Amino acid sequence: MKTKTPLLKVDSVGIQFGGLKAVSDVNVELYPGELVGLIGPNGAGKTTFFNLLTGVYVPTEGTISLEGEDLKKKPPYKITQKGISRTFQNIRLFSELSVIDNVKVAYHSLSKHSILSSIFRMPIHFKGEKEMDDKAIEFLKIFNLDQYKDEKAKNLPYGKQRRLEIARALAANPKLLLLDEPAAGMNPQETHELMNLIALIREKFDLTVLLIEHDMPLVMGVCERIYVLDHGQLIAQGQPEEIRNNPKVIEAYLGEEVS
Amino acid sequence: MTTIKRAKGFWLSISLSLIFFAVVQVLIGGGSLNPFYQNTLMFIGINIILAASLHLIIGITGQFSIGHAGFLAVGAYASAVMTMKLEMPFALALIVGGLVAALAGLIIGIPSLRLKGDYLAIATLGFGEIVRILLLNIDYVGGASGMQVSHLTTWPWVFASIIVTLIVIRNFTSSTHGRACISIREDETAADSMGINTTYYKVVAFAIGAFFAGIAGGLYAHNFYIIQPSNFGFLKSFDILILVVLGGLGSLSGAVLAAILLTVVTTFLQDYPETRMIIYSLVLIVMMIYRPQGLMGTKEITSMFKRKGGSSHENKNTAA
Repeated sequence: MKTKTPLLKVDSVGIQFGGLKAVSDVNVELYPGELVGLIGPNGAGKTTFFNLLTGVYVPTEGTISLEGEDLKKKPPYKITQKGISRTFQNIRLFSELSVIDNVKVAYHSLSKHSILSSIFRMPIHFKGEKEMDDKAIEFLKIFNLDQYKDEKAKNLPYGKQRRLEIARALAANPKLLLLDEPAAGMNPQETHELMNLIALIREKFDLTVLLIEHDMPLVMGVCERIYVLDHGQLIAQGQPEEIRNNPKVIEAYLGEEVS
Repeated sequence: MTTIKRAKGFWLSISLSLIFFAVVQVLIGGGSLNPFYQNTLMFIGINIILAASLHLIIGITGQFSIGHAGFLAVGAYASAVMTMKLEMPFALALIVGGLVAALAGLIIGIPSLRLKGDYLAIATLGFGEIVRILLLNIDYVGGASGMQVSHLTTWPWVFASIIVTLIVIRNFTSSTHGRACISIREDETAADSMGINTTYYKVVAFAIGAFFAGIAGGLYAHNFYIIQPSNFGFLKSFDILILVVLGGLGSLSGAVLAAILLTVVTTFLQDYPETRMIIYSLVLIVMMIYRPQGLMGTKEITSMFKRKGGSSHENKNTAA
């Protein structure tokens, strides 16, 4: 696998907020088709790292490139269009929009009909909207959400909201999907469903996944490789087995729990 | 199937409004509608356009702008200059008024729409005041004493403008572009991460809103015999804001309904000049206590006739 060129290459990236180094000198390489976990104690800088990848924050040092293209200083929406899409730690659905409209927003950047064609209701508008509709319904079927398509997103139960958020991120047609604690707040049964969903996604869509998670069985169960972040720095990387026995990782986690 | 149904609804509402238009036109022509009521009608119409245009900015895109009177002023003065100084036809003056206001929307929107919430509100408030003070100091348009304008606004002009405004805003809203704007209102970070160019859509919504406020300005200017900068102070901006909030943020029909209702209330309260503002304020307070989501909430009138299937079980999501 290492012979391939990396999909995402993060080269000694860091960000400083005032005097605080939230993330520093992080090197990550993701290869096409991999499912990689990113773990670390609370406040380790995992979400900050996601925000750096998606352009919410601009790194103060280092470079990030997707398929060899530099992503630095690109606004978030451009980075999404280039092929990185994400979910959020605390669900950020468009809660007043219907389930299907949530997915259709993700299709927006691919739509071809202009504002004027919509205002004057030209044929291309109807064609474009219908294509979106059909595509979104097909898409929701994969996630078993099609029976809720006209429900407002905020009225879905928690587990289904998570599912919809992942569906929406995938609708943007990413090459790299970033999942920020997808199992947070889920009961064991929902977590189990989520694991199946992640497996299904990888089968159906040709994509690379980077996953932040606290649920160790989930991470150890599905990830092929794991990066460990603590105090903004990478302290370990490797196969799940290696990580499990790595003294630095154990120290980082146990140190956190004892204090 | 649904498109046919929708088209049917569209032609039904068009023919209903044409009938309404004809009835009022006949009443005006026959002299049964006295000038006082005619004037009220014009006011209602202008307020509908203003409310609908601000609805696009606040209700749909979620950008809290309180400088709408600034666009109204720009449109009013631009169209008045066109008819009075350059002696152009009224139709052209209206369109130019709209375009100049849209241009003002772009100029103010591009830098200030990077701001959020309260900061944007203050920036737009500042814009409104800048426009007023500029007009106060330009002698070409009469300065503080104002500008003479001939009375050209008639019922057909007002009616046509309302229809165009409502159709354009509705068509924009119910398209992928409108959904992009709503996604910004719902969650800007998420919209960004879904590939929506949020700055672009905020500016577009701002410019379209400003355009129609400018059209309203043209109608407003030519409904009086004189316009003065003092007509366009920040209180005017608040009047428009109240229409949108009262109608229900996010509801176009709510904005229209509120514009009609409040204009009628204001007109009738003119008989009680001492207590007018007290009663008006009381109406607003009572309204906000008993119906904080506004007259229509986020719903549209058309959705009331549709049968709603599916349950609406409340599920408060406690974020992890």
